[in-house]
Amino acid sequence: MRGYASFLAARIRVLLQYRAAALAGFGTQLFWGLIRVMIFEAFYRSSTAAQPMTMDEVRSYIWLGQAMLILVMWGPDTDLRDMIRTGGVAYELLRPLDVYWVWFTRCLAQRTVPLVFRAVPMFVVAGLFLGLGAPPSPASAVAWLGATLAAILMSAAFATLISLSLLWTISGEGMCRILPVICWVLSGLIVPLPLYPDWAQRVIMALPFRGLADTPFRLYLGHILPSEALPAIAHQLVWTAAMIAIGRLMLARGLRRVVVQGG
Amino acid sequence: MVETLRLYGRYIGASVRGQMQYRASFVLMSIGQLFATGMEFLGIWALFYRFSSLVGWSLPEIALFYGMIHCAFAFADGFGRGFDVFPSMVKTGDFDRLLVRPRSTVFQVAARDLQLMRVGRLTQGLLVLLWAIGALGITWTVARVGLLLAAIAGAACFFLGLFVLQATLSFWTIETLEICNIVTYGGVETAEFPLSIYRTWFRWFFTLVVPLACANYYPGLAILGKPDPAGAPELISWLAPLCGPLFLGVSMLVWRAGVRHYTSTGS
Amino acid sequence: MAAVTVEDLVKSFRVAERQPGTWGALRGVVRRRYRTVRALDGVSFELQPGELVGYIGPNGAGKSTTVKILSGILVPDSGRCEVLGRTPWRERVANARDIGVVFGQRTQLWWDLPVVESFELLRDIYAVPHERFRAAHAELVELLDIGPLLDTPVRQLSLGQRMRCDLAASLLHSPKILYLDEPTIGLDAVSKLAVREFVRRLNRERGVTIILTTHDMDDIEALCRRVILIGSGRILSDGPLEALRAGVTTERRLIVDLADGTGPFESDGAEVVHREGARVHLRFDPALVSAPELIARITSRNAIRDLIVENPPIEEVIARLYGEAGC
Repeated sequence: MRGYASFLAARIRVLLQYRAAALAGFGTQLFWGLIRVMIFEAFYRSSTAAQPMTMDEVRSYIWLGQAMLILVMWGPDTDLRDMIRTGGVAYELLRPLDVYWVWFTRCLAQRTVPLVFRAVPMFVVAGLFLGLGAPPSPASAVAWLGATLAAILMSAAFATLISLSLLWTISGEGMCRILPVICWVLSGLIVPLPLYPDWAQRVIMALPFRGLADTPFRLYLGHILPSEALPAIAHQLVWTAAMIAIGRLMLARGLRRVVVQGG
Repeated sequence: MVETLRLYGRYIGASVRGQMQYRASFVLMSIGQLFATGMEFLGIWALFYRFSSLVGWSLPEIALFYGMIHCAFAFADGFGRGFDVFPSMVKTGDFDRLLVRPRSTVFQVAARDLQLMRVGRLTQGLLVLLWAIGALGITWTVARVGLLLAAIAGAACFFLGLFVLQATLSFWTIETLEICNIVTYGGVETAEFPLSIYRTWFRWFFTLVVPLACANYYPGLAILGKPDPAGAPELISWLAPLCGPLFLGVSMLVWRAGVRHYTSTGS
Repeated sequence: MAAVTVEDLVKSFRVAERQPGTWGALRGVVRRRYRTVRALDGVSFELQPGELVGYIGPNGAGKSTTVKILSGILVPDSGRCEVLGRTPWRERVANARDIGVVFGQRTQLWWDLPVVESFELLRDIYAVPHERFRAAHAELVELLDIGPLLDTPVRQLSLGQRMRCDLAASLLHSPKILYLDEPTIGLDAVSKLAVREFVRRLNRERGVTIILTTHDMDDIEALCRRVILIGSGRILSDGPLEALRAGVTTERRLIVDLADGTGPFESDGAEVVHREGARVHLRFDPALVSAPELIARITSRNAIRDLIVENPPIEEVIARLYGEAGC
């Protein structure tokens, strides 16, 4: 356990050095958030019917999405990709650490550090100027935090899966474009999930992707009541465990493949 | 002129042949891009399913704007790739190589690369556009068809002009300004919807400061036969496609100033 | 009429000064301090058509700045410059048609494409008439022996092969002037000789005016009868290689191979530069003792198997000159 902890700490230290890179893109996100808010405002202006979410809730939802964006941004870990391509992945087998957890820890670090660097300023700016409201009760806030932690774990598990897929397709370019987009759509980043057609809700809610954004956001808003938090977080964790299990399986198979082919 | 075009064709051919060597990757990436950009329309569709109208605009009408801007951007993105990678050329000193050749520098940069992969975005843009045309039931006159094509071409010129400006910056600084990405990619996102739905100050910015409104909004109005909610005369709609080439021309002048700066200060 | 005329070229650059320490770095973000570097401080020379000139100097002396001005890439602060009757930076495109440039470390060929396709692209870029291109192409292919390489993608070529192709590429449009910047850098011995031989023939048979910028003294010695030495932005020496050498030192070297490698050596007044086993390097001034005299003295005192009299290695001459140039 200590091995992984120090590994995690080391990776976090490395990422802390890239502060400048972490701050880049803030303006782009503000712009993007603004457009989406305006678009939704226009939609809400066009209809007086009651909707599953109010405009204020949608507004906060969108800014939460911008703050937490990194959880949904997956590219393959470039270091891992190079490692696989050059065959250096063999060295991973020589280390006295479980390979899967090492890779998982990498993805975890890559999500926590930039997340904090992006979320904090976004919360401040959006909270003060752009209509991001506060949670309606302390219970909601706590529920939100719990769900966010679970979302981080799930995001790391997914990212590890994507990196593992590189063991099969070395370039993996196509897959790496398609999967994140599917995730975007089904997690609520493009359209808040409750606003999708009613007949699609059951499927959307069953899939894991909502755990990355929709679950924590709606807990924050109180849209999902704190009393319903546990089933929602359980949903996240079950899917995360499943992803981890699949990932370990893929790794075992994949490494065998790589070693046999000679890298 | 003919000779320059033929040379351009040769350049493009070289670039395409280079990319064709990685055929599988190209197919995958194109499909990936088609998917990625197409998902945005899925979101729009879902919202229309629930709200049925957007400040008086229907889904097919939105689809028209969406299709126009994505086709235009795909063209600009595909042909203007040379400007995208230009900053690295300046950094490595490869730009000197272009200056030593007896051709205009902007031509050489523009001709350098034709990104076939952008056909992914182009395809989904075309699909949406064709669906919109089918669903709208517009009476198509020669003038309207001409306006549609001119608008897409003009919008492509507009985005190309933005790319040229973005590349010209690298003559002065190695930093990449974020505002450039905001205006190009953000511009595409913005123009997916008619500009009238946005707040007033936003509309003014994208009409006067960055003439995005001329890219697809004004021409779209004339094609749909709808008057501008803000009251702009219809003439603007027909003149709008000229905005793009004008903008491109201006950006070329800025480029030339950039080259002058480069040759007087070294790198 | 001279092919290249350069008169009193002056060029300064503003270089951002990096300030030491964290506080300095922070201050540097707010307000940059600049230092003016005089890359060229009144450079003048003239080249006649058909000359093969070596342009040497320590790093930062102003060599590449001069070449950039001559090729129209850079505009000087003051001074006159004429290449084939044109001012390069004012008539960039016209000037570009008559010059060829080879940068040793960077290739101008298209990376993923077969060599021949790069050639065809260049033909169209330079608008070379088909007949002239075909003739030039055939001749260059033969002279540089690149026939078997034509269909190979550039990325698969070795360094020596690429350099030969780059040389060919720079000459497809039959330029009258050729700027060679470090053409033999990193090449193996065989390729170096091939390139040198090619450059020599090009100059002698085709009358192409060539400016050769290099740090490789063997290139200079093999090819250039005239050498221009630049240091700190000023021309320090311009003339035959011999004059350059003589200007630094008149001394010569005597290298002897002893019959007995381990035995002592009687140098008898000549200065021993260094000794490696049986081989002894001696330095002497012909003004004080002539070569035959020294040889007689050494051979009478030692059993010699073989000997040779040489000029000091050009590297030493240049190094001494560089030292004087204050680099």
